[in-house]
Amino acid sequence: MNLMNVDYDGLIPNNVGLNADSRVKKALEKWHPGYINWWNDMGPDGFQGSLVYLRTAVSVDPKGWAKFDYVKMPDYKWGILLAPQVNERKIAFGAHKGENVWQEVPGEYRAMLRRLIVIQGDTEPASVEQQRFLGKTAPSLYDMRNLFQVNVEEGRHLWAMVYLLQKYFGSDGRDEAEALLERRSGDEDSPRMLGAFNEKTPDWLSFFMFTYFTDRDGKMQLEALAQSGFDPLSRTTRFMLTEEAHHMFVGETGVGRVIERTCAEMKKAGIEDPHDIAAVRKLGVIDLPTLQKKANLHFSLTLDLFGNEISTNAANAFHAGIKGRFREDKLEDDHQLENGSYPLLRFADGKIARQDVPALSALNMRLRDDFVDDCNGGVGRWNRIIEKYNIPFAIKLPSVAFHRHIGEFSSMEADADGNLVPGDQWDSVKEKYLPSESDRDFIEDLMKPELEPGKFASWISAPKVGIDNKPGDFEYVKISD
Amino acid sequence: MTAPVKQHLIDPAVCIRCNTCEATCPVGAVTHDSNNYVVDIDKCNFCMDCVSPCPTGSINHFVMVQKPFSLDEQFSWTDLPEVGAGESGYGDAGAAIEAVDEEAAALLADAHKGSGGKVRAPASSAKPRINLFSRSNPIEATVTGNFRLTAENASSDIRHIILDFGANAFPVLEGQSIGIVLPGTAKNGRPHPMRLYSVASPRDGERPNTNNLSLTVKRVAEKNADGSEQRGLASNYVCDLKQGDKVKVAGPFGSTFLMPDDPAADIIMICTGTGSAPFRAFTERRRRSMPSAHGRLYLFFGARTPQELPYFGPLQKVPKKLMDQELVFSRIDPVKKEYVQDRMRTRASDLAMLLKRGTTHIYVCGLRGMEEGVEKSFEFICAQFGIHWHETRAQMRDQGRYHVETY
Repeated sequence: MNLMNVDYDGLIPNNVGLNADSRVKKALEKWHPGYINWWNDMGPDGFQGSLVYLRTAVSVDPKGWAKFDYVKMPDYKWGILLAPQVNERKIAFGAHKGENVWQEVPGEYRAMLRRLIVIQGDTEPASVEQQRFLGKTAPSLYDMRNLFQVNVEEGRHLWAMVYLLQKYFGSDGRDEAEALLERRSGDEDSPRMLGAFNEKTPDWLSFFMFTYFTDRDGKMQLEALAQSGFDPLSRTTRFMLTEEAHHMFVGETGVGRVIERTCAEMKKAGIEDPHDIAAVRKLGVIDLPTLQKKANLHFSLTLDLFGNEISTNAANAFHAGIKGRFREDKLEDDHQLENGSYPLLRFADGKIARQDVPALSALNMRLRDDFVDDCNGGVGRWNRIIEKYNIPFAIKLPSVAFHRHIGEFSSMEADADGNLVPGDQWDSVKEKYLPSESDRDFIEDLMKPELEPGKFASWISAPKVGIDNKPGDFEYVKISD
Repeated sequence: MTAPVKQHLIDPAVCIRCNTCEATCPVGAVTHDSNNYVVDIDKCNFCMDCVSPCPTGSINHFVMVQKPFSLDEQFSWTDLPEVGAGESGYGDAGAAIEAVDEEAAALLADAHKGSGGKVRAPASSAKPRINLFSRSNPIEATVTGNFRLTAENASSDIRHIILDFGANAFPVLEGQSIGIVLPGTAKNGRPHPMRLYSVASPRDGERPNTNNLSLTVKRVAEKNADGSEQRGLASNYVCDLKQGDKVKVAGPFGSTFLMPDDPAADIIMICTGTGSAPFRAFTERRRRSMPSAHGRLYLFFGARTPQELPYFGPLQKVPKKLMDQELVFSRIDPVKKEYVQDRMRTRASDLAMLLKRGTTHIYVCGLRGMEEGVEKSFEFICAQFGIHWHETRAQMRDQGRYHVETY
């Protein structure tokens, strides 16, 4: 069988030769109905009978992995797709550097690997659950299609992780796979594993911010896992990254289009002062200060996903060759980090200060710093839109000490510039940096669906390029219910 | 002045710096700094591997330039620069690049020269994918059908060939062509020249949602003066294909001779013989996607006899409301040989009315010999109705509404 192409004959499309692996095939087929039930219960609310212009991978080769067509979401071909195996790939970092990569799970790292895979897997269905009501208020058919594309691909990423659990982790893996369908985002009794994935995504601006910031954490984690010495994990995550790029796209261009519309309407109405919030809101667009507050919220919630500043788990995973650094293969050092140090911001003696710590223990922060750099790139491009309209305003990411619930800074409060705020003053300072009740109400009121092809809601501009080069009035979703 | 060269660029205003292109490029031609992702012209071999995975569409820019943009220039951009004098523009604006492959580009340039100037795609057409596959990196298709379209006793053998792409994506638009890469080498030891064939099926396949396409190919076999037969290599190779045979395909090619995606567009299609191939695709597209379109199709289709007119049977079933048909035969009446250009004149008032409309698109496709007659008929008709043909034609061409593809 040609492993580049996807086998669509069976129940589960795959390029891993599932037909020749009856044990795993049976396990996945047993898991499948539960997944479909989950999708029906917790996937997008409504629209399940609508035809959505989605891309499906027909091959993991660059030419074949984006085939576009109208599909009903429940008929989407969720499958198991691994990037092609690289011949004689070697472990690139840690204690096993230079050894052949593992095709089976090394016994001593079994628990660690399982945990990493379960945590990654848990975020995938969580975001689908968080976004399930957004279809009803889509600002255009184009945006609705992009939302559903993100949703079905998050569903596929769950499949990707479940395959690893079923194939390599025996009955433990099967139990974990079941549990992934049982936890629910925001549920009091059985919440999803990570904080940001139990928050609400109540409106489209939150969705764009979530895909920009929180999905970008997903990208960083996938990049780190793509370096893994456990080859099946590396191959799985490498293919997931190609899909993840679309989610980055939805976030960056989504926020960019909101900014564009706000600036354009301000210019049209002759409003010069971006802080004249009442006047800007009257135009039916979202004022820039509120956009800044939304960015503050989602950025800070996402930073918590990187875990503690000093982490032995991260050090162990690196040492074991299980989880590398962002683009490890492009870095030039000894790739073992037994001796080096890394500078990070810490909170000690009532002060925030930079401190050198052993490099191996600071890997979470290294990934977080790469994340912040990556975020800043897009923020710069948002600001260029504002500059183009000559509006005196710039979006700025808050300090990493701002509004944190995990790590060094969870025990204190800081403003967006990283200045300490005494605990009793925080409540009054908070309103300045985070969306208030009334900000949320204003945005919620703006969320009116726009279902006519080629039309966009009042608060967002049209994209520069259509999906799959489609013209502006293309009917991305044919709504049937 | 040096000859212009092709360059692949990424639009920095649309790109989100996701690294997918750099991770995908098999030759390391894509690189980046803290500002931009850029393509190194010295490394890029136009394999197009990066095009389909790009989530934004920013990757899809191919430009002819006198002097290539350096990496440093590209790093400094926030937008794609304006095109300078003597440069022929970006892939999706100005003069379009029809094919990245030199050989296919030369064939299409020759086929389109009858339009008399720089051609553009219709404003409403979908944006085509070009050159996803090349001679050096072709896609393999399986022959799933080969039917003779002309009657058994007809002197010409025109065939309807169906090529299936299996699990591979090969996105084509109506009006595009594909290249057939012939096996073996010519006498000089080089590969046989590539042949282009217009796709005769709409974008979603012979039947909706099949991953195949069809071609209309005439077997070239001409008698020499000495009685021997001159057989066209490519056409005979294609016409002799059997079900299950594998063929190597390059393309898709062509970015101007495309169908308007506008239900208000009236489309005049003038053709002879296998020149009908793109119009079969146009007709099927209209029928499937816009059955109640306000605009209408007008077909002027010439052949020697009904037995030699490809798709004669199926054409009888196309509803009048969708398409106005003029089938013209030159060998039925031995005295009066009628050609398409003659029939155009009998429809002069209708054509004149259409020429005055900004929504009318004209497509001419077939043997080069028909060009002159068609041109003269337009001049004749316009003169009668006070229309300035050359101005109208130039304007329509500039607006992507006048297209010629002849061979």
